Amino acid sequence: MAERIMVPVPPKAIIPSRDVGKRPILETHHLGIEFGGLKAVDDIDFAIGPSEICGLIGPNGAGKTTVFNLLTNVYQPTRGTILLDGYDTKGLSPDRVNRMGIARTFQNIRLFSNMSVLDNVKTGLHANMKTSFLSSITHGFGYSKAEKEADERAIELLKFFNMEHLKDHQAGALPYGAQRRLEIVRALATKPGILLLDEPAAGMNPSETAELMENIRRIRDEFNIAVMLIEHDMNLVMGICEGICVLNYGRIIAKGTPDEIKNNPKVIEAYLGKKAE
Amino acid sequence: MKSFFNKFSGLKKSARSNMITLALCLAAFGFVTAMVATGNASRHMKSLLVPICINIILTVSLNLVIGFLGELSLGHAGFMSVGAYAACLFSIAFEETLPVMVRFPLAMLIGGIAGGLFGLLVGIPVLRLKGDYLAIVTLAFGEILRSIIINLEFTGGASGLKGMPQDSTFNWGFIAVVITLFVVMNLVDSRHGRAIMAIRENAIAASAVGININRYKLMVFTVAAFFAGVAGALYGHNYSIMTAGTFDYNKSIEILVMVVLGGMGNIRGSIISAVLITVLPEMLRGLADYRMLIYAVVLIAMMLLGTSEKFMMLRYRLAPKRLIKRALQERQNRKDEKEARKYG
Repeated sequence: MAERIMVPVPPKAIIPSRDVGKRPILETHHLGIEFGGLKAVDDIDFAIGPSEICGLIGPNGAGKTTVFNLLTNVYQPTRGTILLDGYDTKGLSPDRVNRMGIARTFQNIRLFSNMSVLDNVKTGLHANMKTSFLSSITHGFGYSKAEKEADERAIELLKFFNMEHLKDHQAGALPYGAQRRLEIVRALATKPGILLLDEPAAGMNPSETAELMENIRRIRDEFNIAVMLIEHDMNLVMGICEGICVLNYGRIIAKGTPDEIKNNPKVIEAYLGKKAE
Repeated sequence: MKSFFNKFSGLKKSARSNMITLALCLAAFGFVTAMVATGNASRHMKSLLVPICINIILTVSLNLVIGFLGELSLGHAGFMSVGAYAACLFSIAFEETLPVMVRFPLAMLIGGIAGGLFGLLVGIPVLRLKGDYLAIVTLAFGEILRSIIINLEFTGGASGLKGMPQDSTFNWGFIAVVITLFVVMNLVDSRHGRAIMAIRENAIAASAVGININRYKLMVFTVAAFFAGVAGALYGHNYSIMTAGTFDYNKSIEILVMVVLGGMGNIRGSIISAVLITVLPEMLRGLADYRMLIYAVVLIAMMLLGTSEKFMMLRYRLAPKRLIKRALQERQNRKDEKEARKYG
């Protein structure tokens, strides 16, 4: 494990008052990536408090998902630093970064479709189960105990989203909304310090979205973790986020509280275009 | 007895299914042993018993790679040959000094370890490839291995390896089959197995939940190669001469056919198809010239039926479990009707 680096929180960071003075769970410094000379994302600076809900918004193609892919090391950044709870994640594999505390969901749902709902969640628990290979091939050496604990934990997590009655269903056969929820449950099963949600409300109707907002708040409160979300539904973003970053053409054009963002002329321009002269 | 049934029905569905598979194998073993003991089995039939065991082991282990991990490997015969030569050379060396009861299990273990070691060695560079590329490279690996064996002195070269003791018996084969089934079925139904299947389902999501993809691919490759090696050991000790030519890509393709026919990720299916494909060409021997033609037609027909939805529906409707359930339901209905008439 690399040495933990303590970097002072950048002055421009927007962190809710209760998290001020604590080490941010996730910070980036001058983060950027080039694809063959094209700067897809450049000079991204932000810090997220350990119990903050943070929104990442911007027009289509602004580079939001690219930022998520950088944070989870799916892409290796060409410049800049990511600090996860003070540790530099440079060069680590995506699975390693997950075990260090970042869990995510995907814009286009990526479930283990042919496995049961329960097995999807138990796969999320994988890294936290410590049974050996020998125990797996003999079903001895603590196998039953570990499986039982995993079952209980998985059902507990499913209950959190009122999904325990679906546990034996095939994940791919669930309705769309339930698949989105299951992806969040699976991500939570990995015991993250921060949860990244990529368009969690896409394709949901207003009542489902309202339920989702409530759930995101409950995740933050009960699991005591930070949440960062990409979303186009402004009601959701303005309703639950404490800090918002606005991205356009791969750069952050504004940072602030929901009220500041709503009235920021740059943001309005990015979304609606310039006023005709 | 009742408590056993209660305990049995309290088990997880997967555990129950595994127990049924093992019980069926045991029953088949008992049946065949009884046939042989009472002299009802022809010499020809007896000669097929060990090859059946070998093919079951090969199919079940390759199914782990193809059906559960979702990667296409065409080098299974290569791992088999490594195990076969390692085990046979060991047996030849220790033929005088060790009794069969010690020598043959050790030979199988050595065959397995040699196979597994090669699986690991080949796996490290190769498993960064995916899909078609992986298939081609594993195919090439098998061919390279075959050429190497032909050109080596101590493997008997092109004329083949002779002089190994004929240790393979149906009993040893059956024990190896049971161990293979036990390990593979347990592995699939564990945290490691879930990780393996998660990689098949969606590799990106698997790494996003903390699964080290290369590690688990390597694990599967090594375990599968281990059992291919064990099968090789059984194979080597079943014939008086062994040539490298037997382990060419045709053998790999034959194993692949058995896996596909039995169903990807279906262990019971693998067993049945391994038995069927071993026995079928021999059964058709009487038809002389038309043998391979009929074999091919039967294969095509089985593949078509296996993937046809209508046939699946038919099979589902005719499943014994459903038929029993329906019969019971009808009896209950008649009873209810009678009661209703009595009181109404």
